[in-house]
Amino acid sequence: MAFDPNRSFSRRSILKVGAAGIAGILGSSLFNTSALFGKSAHAMGKDEMHHTLKDQMKQGMSHGYDPGTDSTPGLEAAVKALTAFDYGVVSVSAEGKTIREYDIQAWDAELEIAKGIKFPGWTFNGTVPGPTLRCTEGDIVRIKFGNGSAHPHSIHFHGIHPTNMDGLEPVPTGGEVVYEFEAKPAGLHPFHCHVPPLARHIHKGLYGHFIIDPKKPRKPAKELSMVMNGFDLDLDGENEVYTVNGYAFAYQSRPIKVKTGELVRIYLSNLTEFDPINSFHLHANFFHYYATGADPEARPYYTDTIMQCQGERGIIEVTFPAPGKYMFHAHQSEFTELGWMGFFEVG
Amino acid sequence: METAHKKKNNQLLWLLGLMPLLLLAGMIAVISTWGTGVKEEQAAPIEVLNIERIILTDDGFEVRILNSGPKEVTVAQVVVDGAFWNASYVPSATIERLGSSTVFIPYPWVEGDPHEIKLITSNGLIFIGDVVAAMKTPAADANRFLQYSLIGFYVGVIPVGLGLLWYPFMRRFSSRGIQAVMAFTVGLLFFLVVDTIQEGLELGAAAPGVFQGTGLVWFGALLSFLFLLAIDQSSSKRAEKGNDNGKRVSFKIAGGIGLHNLGEGLAIGAAFAAGEAALGTFLIVGFTLHNITEGIGIAAPLLKAKPTIKTFLALAVLGGGPAIIGTWIGGFVFNQTLAALFFGIGAGAIIQVIYVISKMVVRDAKTEGTPSVSWPNFSGLVLGVLVMYGTALLVNF
Repeated sequence: MAFDPNRSFSRRSILKVGAAGIAGILGSSLFNTSALFGKSAHAMGKDEMHHTLKDQMKQGMSHGYDPGTDSTPGLEAAVKALTAFDYGVVSVSAEGKTIREYDIQAWDAELEIAKGIKFPGWTFNGTVPGPTLRCTEGDIVRIKFGNGSAHPHSIHFHGIHPTNMDGLEPVPTGGEVVYEFEAKPAGLHPFHCHVPPLARHIHKGLYGHFIIDPKKPRKPAKELSMVMNGFDLDLDGENEVYTVNGYAFAYQSRPIKVKTGELVRIYLSNLTEFDPINSFHLHANFFHYYATGADPEARPYYTDTIMQCQGERGIIEVTFPAPGKYMFHAHQSEFTELGWMGFFEVG
Repeated sequence: METAHKKKNNQLLWLLGLMPLLLLAGMIAVISTWGTGVKEEQAAPIEVLNIERIILTDDGFEVRILNSGPKEVTVAQVVVDGAFWNASYVPSATIERLGSSTVFIPYPWVEGDPHEIKLITSNGLIFIGDVVAAMKTPAADANRFLQYSLIGFYVGVIPVGLGLLWYPFMRRFSSRGIQAVMAFTVGLLFFLVVDTIQEGLELGAAAPGVFQGTGLVWFGALLSFLFLLAIDQSSSKRAEKGNDNGKRVSFKIAGGIGLHNLGEGLAIGAAFAAGEAALGTFLIVGFTLHNITEGIGIAAPLLKAKPTIKTFLALAVLGGGPAIIGTWIGGFVFNQTLAALFFGIGAGAIIQVIYVISKMVVRDAKTEGTPSVSWPNFSGLVLGVLVMYGTALLVNF
């Protein structure tokens, strides 16, 4: 409805004329009644509530939403996911190659995706995103996958591998399969379930990071893993909550602590369903961005905002020039205000 | 001997009466201890939250919510216009079955803009409240109270009073003319019944499911119809004179129309408070025109009686006054369930009045020796419906 300045004017003027007239018509008894009415309504007005609201209002203008700093299971999981890298159980093959064995189970779990909101998820090892698997280029990776979920699932890895290790074959409930291949190329690759209907299986939470370090190690840095995703609560094909690592406003509640001048490397991917793209924007600073991180000769973007299509990923390298709180969020304002927002606290 | 036997019989009677209840109590005890034996697993959590009222203040929104679902509900987060937003709850974010709570949301709403308030429960269910066009909800102060009174006055008392002023004119009609006027009244009352039931059903459908709002309309209608009929039949033996009878019918019409106007006031007050209706000059004039015929309807049965000025004043207040009360209730404490019930009661009252007036028409026609559905009578009825329909075009929003 368009705003019509005449509307309120005409209404007000009618009532004004009327208010004068009614006084004569209805007499003073009505005044008494109305005074009573006014008083009782005032008693409900809770002065205290009013003041709290006023304070919140000021805050609301700057943030709109304050998730608080309470520790909740969802928040702790998201904080843990930042720096938990699973290097597997290491052994050496007859040819002298490093073999890494990982154990992944799928099961259905109730997740906390925003403070107090539960989501019936499908998980790898009980978390969304699943575990961050990490190895070095040329390693033999052996992923033992067991399906303890009520639905058939699989793990499809991005990267170069034989097609029979591609994870297209559904593993039935109670089934087990071993995916084995040589890890290549170096870079950040997602893995996810590839059982149809795809959108449903991925959206429910079956995905994670697979980091292949180059043989010549990258520069030492504080390393963080961030999976951008969304949750559709009412299954209408639209996300209601957006997060990084599965919990809305996680790093607003618990800002990520880094040091001034320290190199920070972020492995960032987009596993959001339903929305084609997601993005990353850093406040008050610039960063280098290596799409996929596979090409050692690639020239990075130097920017403060990048976007990723579904399944796209890359590596961000950044140093913070001075102490302070640096905000980061999706530059789709909608995603930002629905959970995808955080801070670096640079000391 | 005889009394002892009777006593024993009485005891047996009591026992027989109580036995099903005792068995029921036993059954409930068994079920609550061991369960029903029917699997209780649900595919998805069942939660029902009703957003009863959204109040806009300088500080933001105050949302009154009712849990009409089968279980306790916890509101985990509030999303306003697609953004998570701070909220506080009085008394609590966790609401028991049939309990209610108020959500305070400090939000910089924009006058005239639509806003959407989403409540997300701990189980991830979403309940949405819409603000069609944001406008500060009028505070319940003396000024506002007077303004609502005035609206009710325009919509109820003035038109009914003006309609009654046709009395001296109609009184000069012949008996057949009076019959036609009464048929006209039946026509407009018929329109009012349909309109009242329709509005009642609409409100009832919007009311929380547990209260069976639409059912309340029908229950209210049937019960008020039978109640008025019972009053009529028990008192008709005492007052046989046509004089009193006409007056009584007039008061009953005024009462029924009063209930209808109460409902109308409710709708206007609520729409006004919600910022949905801009009650401009046009709309108020429309309602005045629409309701002026109600005065004619009330006056029609009096044509053979000898009413005093006091009677007319009383009739105008009874028929139009409730519009004022309705506007207050609608503007300050609107409740769909109650409104649906009011509409139902109003409809029943009007139906009973139609029944009585129709009987009067038939009786008069018999004494005159004319057909009861004569062409003048039929035309009167059609005209009644048409006038109401035509003037309703001015006020449907």
